[in-house]
Amino acid sequence: MTWDWTAVSDFLPHLWDGLLVTLEILVLGSVISFALGLVWALLMRVPSRWVTWPVGVVTEFVRNTPLLVQLFFLFYVLPEWGVTFSALTTGVVGIGLHYSTYTMQVYRAGIEAVPAGQWEAATALNLPLRRTWTAVILPQAVRRVVPALGNYVISMLKDTPLLMAITVLEMLGEARLFSQQNFQFTEPLTVIGVAFVIVSYLASLALRALERRLVH
Amino acid sequence: MSTDTLPHPEKSPERPGGELIRLEGVTKRFGDNTVLDHLDFSVAAGKHVTLIGPSGSGKTTILRLLMTLIKPDEGTIVVDGQHLFPASEKQCREVRKRIGMVFQQFNLFPNMTVLRNITEAPVTVLGLTRDEAVERARELLDLVGLADKCDAHPAQLSGGQQQRVAIARALAMRPKVLLLDEVTSALDPELVAGVLDLLRDIARSTDITMLCVTHEMNFARDISDKVLMFDSGRVIEAGAPEKIFSEPEHDRTREFLSAVL
Repeated sequence: MTWDWTAVSDFLPHLWDGLLVTLEILVLGSVISFALGLVWALLMRVPSRWVTWPVGVVTEFVRNTPLLVQLFFLFYVLPEWGVTFSALTTGVVGIGLHYSTYTMQVYRAGIEAVPAGQWEAATALNLPLRRTWTAVILPQAVRRVVPALGNYVISMLKDTPLLMAITVLEMLGEARLFSQQNFQFTEPLTVIGVAFVIVSYLASLALRALERRLVH
Repeated sequence: MSTDTLPHPEKSPERPGGELIRLEGVTKRFGDNTVLDHLDFSVAAGKHVTLIGPSGSGKTTILRLLMTLIKPDEGTIVVDGQHLFPASEKQCREVRKRIGMVFQQFNLFPNMTVLRNITEAPVTVLGLTRDEAVERARELLDLVGLADKCDAHPAQLSGGQQQRVAIARALAMRPKVLLLDEVTSALDPELVAGVLDLLRDIARSTDITMLCVTHEMNFARDISDKVLMFDSGRVIEAGAPEKIFSEPEHDRTREFLSAVL
């Protein structure tokens, strides 16, 4: 086996294309999972079984089935019911939904870690429930959970290649395409491996900076 | 200290100087443990009442009931002529506006500056404008001697300073009733005096009604119009501080006082 630098330079334009798609999935997927996870976590605190039971069942189901199965379902089954999205949209929604069932647990832990005294002070000041959440509880809860949410961002990055299975050309998809066309596997796969390491390293740096700013 | 920086709650028109708080037959159980047992007592407007007694005797429970942090199992609680229990959530909110509380652990909001801790509720609950609330907060910070700490976060303050901010935060709502729940118990010994002096000033210069749970007997003697001795969820002795501290009638009171004094 020989290392062919021409293959690397031939692959680079495809790498950029794939990298952009990977980053797009990561950013949008993270936003969806952060937002939706918070919604789930808050719904689970509604004092009514008519809310917590269905939310609990749906999120347990999503958390305990493979992401790949969910992606296939969204991509191949939903269109049969007349719901059609692009492969990328489907993938982003799928991965965001999947990870939201993890982030909801992170938020739950963060919310429960806010001391009871904070709720009591809010009651003593007669703050409305909504204001108690937005001004007192959530700012403290979210600050606590940024490191844990960050871990899921890295985890999600490593799951982005699954979207290849529904025809999204992210980095692995580009590498595979290139390999099949040129019969060169070593170079593109190595290059995207390095690219994954660099992206996850930069992401963890960014998250640590965010963490420092929030804890301050 | 100028007195116009302090809250001057209006006395309720229908009962001037009359009864502000009344508990009737209030029972509170936690599981099998009856913390309050058919308790009756009332507090007249403007009076300072101190609750003393061994821990677990139900003193703090009374403050928490009045703040609606917990609900009684039986009984009636009336504040300022209106029911706090039984009452609808809406009425509860309305009555609660007249009650402020200072906690043992301060419970300041760590995510907000000192100033915002004090202005948050006046703006969102009382509907003050930002400027009005800030002005009120600055006057109160002046009163508690922390005018320079506006922009600090609670974590940057000592326990004593945090507690003084918490007192300012409670006063910013201009409550008629101030509940003080062992407010110096969590403080380092050298910080206790400053907080108690501040409360003495407030007690002396306002007509705010105070209900105070404390183990600081000298403080209780100084500020109280009336002292209630609790044991096992019941008031076993009540009276002027001179009487309770100098010539207690009940054996349990004598035992308790000799243990804490």
